[in-house]
Amino acid sequence: MLVFIARRLVVSVFVLFVATFVMFVLSANTGDPLADLRELPADDRESAMAERIERMRLDLPVYARYFLWLGDALTGDFGVNRQGQDVNILLVDAVSATMQLVVAATVLAIVIGIAIGIISALRQYSGFDHAVTFGAFVAFSLPIFWVGVLLKQYGAIEFNNWLVQPSIPTLVIILGALLAGLAWSSLIVGDRRARLIAFAGASGITAVLLLWISLTEWFADPGLGPVVIALSAFGGAVGISALFSGLKLNRPMYAALAAAAIGTVLSFALAPVLADPSLGVILALAAATVIVCAGLGYGIGGVLHRRNAIAAAVWTGLFTGGVIFVDRMLQAFAGYSDSVQGRPISTIGASTPNYQGTFWELSLDSVGHLALPTMALILVSLATYTRYSRASMLEVMNQDYVRTARAKGLPERTVVTRHAFRNGLIPITTLAAYDFGTVIGGAVVTETVFGWRAMGDLLVTGLNEADPAPAMAFFVVTGGAIVVFNMIADIAYAYLDPRIRLS
Amino acid sequence: MTTHNQTPSGSPDPDAAQGMDIAARTQWQLVRARFFRHRAALLGMVLLAVVVLLAFTSIGIGPVPGWWDKSPTETGSLVNGGKPTLGLVPEFLGGAGLALGEHPFGQDNVGKDYFALTMRGTQVSLIIAFVVGIVATVVATVIGACAGYFRGWTETVLMRITDVLIAIPLLVIAAAAAKIAGQQGILFLGVVLGLVTWTQTARLVRSSVLSLREKEFVEAARSVGTSAVRIIFKHILPNTVGVIIVSVTLAIAAAVLLESALSFLGMGVQPPDTSLGRLITDYRSAMGTRPWLFYWPGLFIILIALSVNFIGDGLRDAFDPRQNRVRD
Repeated sequence: MLVFIARRLVVSVFVLFVATFVMFVLSANTGDPLADLRELPADDRESAMAERIERMRLDLPVYARYFLWLGDALTGDFGVNRQGQDVNILLVDAVSATMQLVVAATVLAIVIGIAIGIISALRQYSGFDHAVTFGAFVAFSLPIFWVGVLLKQYGAIEFNNWLVQPSIPTLVIILGALLAGLAWSSLIVGDRRARLIAFAGASGITAVLLLWISLTEWFADPGLGPVVIALSAFGGAVGISALFSGLKLNRPMYAALAAAAIGTVLSFALAPVLADPSLGVILALAAATVIVCAGLGYGIGGVLHRRNAIAAAVWTGLFTGGVIFVDRMLQAFAGYSDSVQGRPISTIGASTPNYQGTFWELSLDSVGHLALPTMALILVSLATYTRYSRASMLEVMNQDYVRTARAKGLPERTVVTRHAFRNGLIPITTLAAYDFGTVIGGAVVTETVFGWRAMGDLLVTGLNEADPAPAMAFFVVTGGAIVVFNMIADIAYAYLDPRIRLS
Repeated sequence: MTTHNQTPSGSPDPDAAQGMDIAARTQWQLVRARFFRHRAALLGMVLLAVVVLLAFTSIGIGPVPGWWDKSPTETGSLVNGGKPTLGLVPEFLGGAGLALGEHPFGQDNVGKDYFALTMRGTQVSLIIAFVVGIVATVVATVIGACAGYFRGWTETVLMRITDVLIAIPLLVIAAAAAKIAGQQGILFLGVVLGLVTWTQTARLVRSSVLSLREKEFVEAARSVGTSAVRIIFKHILPNTVGVIIVSVTLAIAAAVLLESALSFLGMGVQPPDTSLGRLITDYRSAMGTRPWLFYWPGLFIILIALSVNFIGDGLRDAFDPRQNRVRD
């Protein structure tokens, strides 16, 4: 295995070196690096040109410039751009901006995509499945910049206008209720009666909810309130323990419910701490939640159910914490919205310049700036993950070991979560690793649409100005990320699937 | 179709089981039958045909005039503030009736007919996408087949070149190549984009050639002294045609999106010519005041990419030998 990894690494590094040469030659030939200086008045022109020729070493042939660049780059110095700015400094800012953007988008796409994919595999050929398949095809065919501009118009400008008087039109309420009803009824297994009940229930609940949001103008000053927090904590506890151990009142369910109860009580007890915490406090609280809930599960679970109880309690604790977090952010919304002239969803950049506020307001500021580009980025990768996890799950569900598990009388929940789900995830793990590698360089168009000064900006200005230094910095980081993550994907695959190791 | 199962008694026909019709079908008949049962793929074919016909007959191509009387370059006076005159709501529903009107897709701020402009953009995007598809297929097939058939040094060199190209993100190498090639016209741009997008198809072709070259029929051909070129083109490639066609169809859909993304970044088609991506870039600031300038090209990009994707999906199912549901 180690030999295999070492050989792969050597080949990849060699390939990357050749690729940097190709890239350098291409980016050095995209245009005339002196074009803007040729229009200067005659007396300035000569000195400005001489200075830039000196700085970009234009008096040397391309391959000589490449080796000079390579020598510097190997010592970690990416040189200066056309204007003489240090590319290393630009690069650090760009990488951190891009990471903010893509990490959230990729994690969301993975979680949501796998969930949708598995549900549509378990309900193959249902209305839901067909709708998801069609939606994935549409997502594959969407030009991302077009979606970006649409999002800016309707997700930001129109949405902010709507927030002034946030009441929902009756037609939207009716359509939303019908849609929710259709979605739920297509997921229900059973006869027509069960489907009708699901349809009526889901559309009724959705209609009442939307009506309530509309009448109370909830969006003007949102928040969940203690009742909703408690309800979602206990609902989450039931749902999570049902996934781990079924819908019976057994020890894992007790552990999860206890975790939910403690979380709800603490949301009031910790109010002074939560008024304006720092990121460290939030992380410490999350760590404490994991430890306390693990202890809870260990104590309540008994010998037989210990593992399930710990898992159910920890996930419930984190879920409850998440609900409280969201509630706090929503409570800060009205104040934040006022402080940015009632335009909380932003279309440009990564943050409001010189914005000061509490932790919650600063978080809202990031969320308001991240929301739209994240949605645009999610769209395509969500479709990929949905298709992959659906295909992978369908394949696993036809395996002999799944039939065996069913034949020995295990409940369908156990078959799906223990036998099928875990094996179905193996190919997705490698896909996720590849995806992380490509996504850093894949956000170029989105970043351009939303005016983020990030990795894409380095590439686009580098190519437009025939300036290799920033374009190469972009390429070394993204190409390196691809090599590293492909390696991780291969190792993960070999680790997860013993069949790969043997061959 | 002959039926055998009506013979009352006697020796059963060796070809037919009781109660079943067996008709010999060639591989292509099987594929065609499976493809035509894929409803989404058929819909995609029809949609694509309509878009292609509309784009090329309406404003004509080159010196050949089309049936639409306005050109994408001529400016005119604004009719109705430049709003689209296309009516889709029939009169009995309270609309203006089904009518094209003077400017069905509206006009831009200097009065250019937007229908003609969109059609020109569609033409350019289609031409580029198909040139990319053809060039990428030819390069991928030759490189993949040579690497897979000859093995040894040929394979190492060809596959390392492929690896180098794959290591550079497609948008990056395409952007650099298009920046250089954009000034030379759309055909050249298509060829250059084709020269950087063949890599995945080449890998697929190579892996399928690798397994085919060990088959008995190749060995038989080799033993009677058939030349390598003839074995590759006559014996091996016809068996990989499914892989190639599917991969190329999906590559064409990707090329439509790639070209529009590049034009959006200002690196693809250069003015005065236009493409669907270019149109979106040029008019995206008009989103607030003249949204139709932004919607039409996007709609056509989606139509083309979606229909080609559907066709690709239908072809993939049709060429998949595990799908043997042909019974009618």
